[in-house]
Amino acid sequence: MDLHRHLDDELSSLRDRVLLLGGEAEQALDRAMYALSERDSDVARQVLDHDDQVDQLEVEIDRQCIDIIALRQPAARDLRFVISVAKMAPVLERIADHACNIARAALDLNNEPELKSAMDLNQMSEHALGMLRAALDAFTSSDAIAARQVIKSDTEINDLYNHTFHRLIELMVTEPATATRDARLLFVAKHLERIGDYVTDICELTVYMAEAAFIKHTT
Amino acid sequence: MPVETVAPKIELPKKRDDSVLVQKSSTVKVSVHDLNFFYGRAQALHNISLEIPERIVMAFIGPSGCGKSTFLRTLNRMNDVIPATRVDGKVLIDDHDIYAPGTDVVELRRKVGMVFQKSNPFPKSIFDNVAYGLRINRITNSSSELAGRVEQALKDAALWSEVKDRLKSSALSLSGGQQQRLCIARALAIRPEVLLMDEPASALDPIATSKIEELIFDLKKQYTIVIVTHNMQQAARVSDTTAFFLLGKLIEVNTTEKMFTAPNEKLTEDYITGRFG
Repeated sequence: MDLHRHLDDELSSLRDRVLLLGGEAEQALDRAMYALSERDSDVARQVLDHDDQVDQLEVEIDRQCIDIIALRQPAARDLRFVISVAKMAPVLERIADHACNIARAALDLNNEPELKSAMDLNQMSEHALGMLRAALDAFTSSDAIAARQVIKSDTEINDLYNHTFHRLIELMVTEPATATRDARLLFVAKHLERIGDYVTDICELTVYMAEAAFIKHTT
Repeated sequence: MPVETVAPKIELPKKRDDSVLVQKSSTVKVSVHDLNFFYGRAQALHNISLEIPERIVMAFIGPSGCGKSTFLRTLNRMNDVIPATRVDGKVLIDDHDIYAPGTDVVELRRKVGMVFQKSNPFPKSIFDNVAYGLRINRITNSSSELAGRVEQALKDAALWSEVKDRLKSSALSLSGGQQQRLCIARALAIRPEVLLMDEPASALDPIATSKIEELIFDLKKQYTIVIVTHNMQQAARVSDTTAFFLLGKLIEVNTTEKMFTAPNEKLTEDYITGRFG
């Protein structure tokens, strides 16, 4: 087997691993929001139990990136790919961490009477999940145009967050008895808004990988 | 009363601008226009045009037989000694066409020194090796000046501290890496302006290679250096600009940083990433 074929195999394996991590982050978020909206604490606990495997996957990707850089000395598009993956893996792991925080909030809230305002978060979570899926697709196909579109859509999740924020504050004022639970939902909304920011980071890395363009902090 | 504090001023790094190539940032030392080179009827170089700025390191990379060493040798007319070769086009050094009739080739090679792949010290003492060019060019008759120039050349080649106590010893007693640095000192003794290096570290171990690379880094403060290398990591480490050759054609010239992270040409990218052929 010649050397560049060997490198191709390693890069392909790295791509598979980071997509697996992306899938894990996506699934964790989906399940955490399901646990919250359907008041299913078993699912919330499954999300938390699975997080160690997500962390382990991130460590494996780190090691694989270091090995490739040290042993293969990739250049040009290969280097950009490895650097992007090395920076993307912790971002995906953080998304899974936010999903865990949502799962913890679900565990607390599921022991309390149901809040109607919890339903307001579904639109935000669907948007965050849609952004994450689109970002992973753009990364897979090295599509900078699609990545830029995802970045633009982050404003929608910010708008949804602002709307949710005001609505929950309003509820805290009008129904003080539910204020503690509303505050928990506010944190969930903030987690979803931060996930939108992390997805933006992923897309900026995809643009760098595809075009060698640094667009971080340019908008 | 609140205490006023003044935050320390933080200087942000300057914004990168990849669109400005190094070539435009300093004086051009070597300028090549439409250069073609032939071994008999076989054309080895095709319409090469290239500018090398003063006091930078430019690396030539490319697969074996791509013409990078041939091109290097056109820069001080070393190919003249090969029978049945022909060159057309222009090579200007400080705006003087080195292929113009009446060019003093000895003076050209004094100005454009060369270091070869295999170290080639003369079977003489360390001192006499470095003094050789000074003597045959009759650059100085003063023995004290000669000794001073030899010492300076050995210091510039980062060899002085290793050989100062055995200058009368045979150059052949030195290690491979020391011999190569001796050859660099020999080239530097006659104070060239351009230094051509044809795979200068390819026969050396990693430590000796590292010394040569550090030396190249120091020498670019005074000299314009052109290095041919098969080792792409070496090109990335030592050079400011890199030129990629393929089948006798110049495919791309770019800043080394750009060349190794985001080259403009697909052929370059395929070569750099090892997917060539």
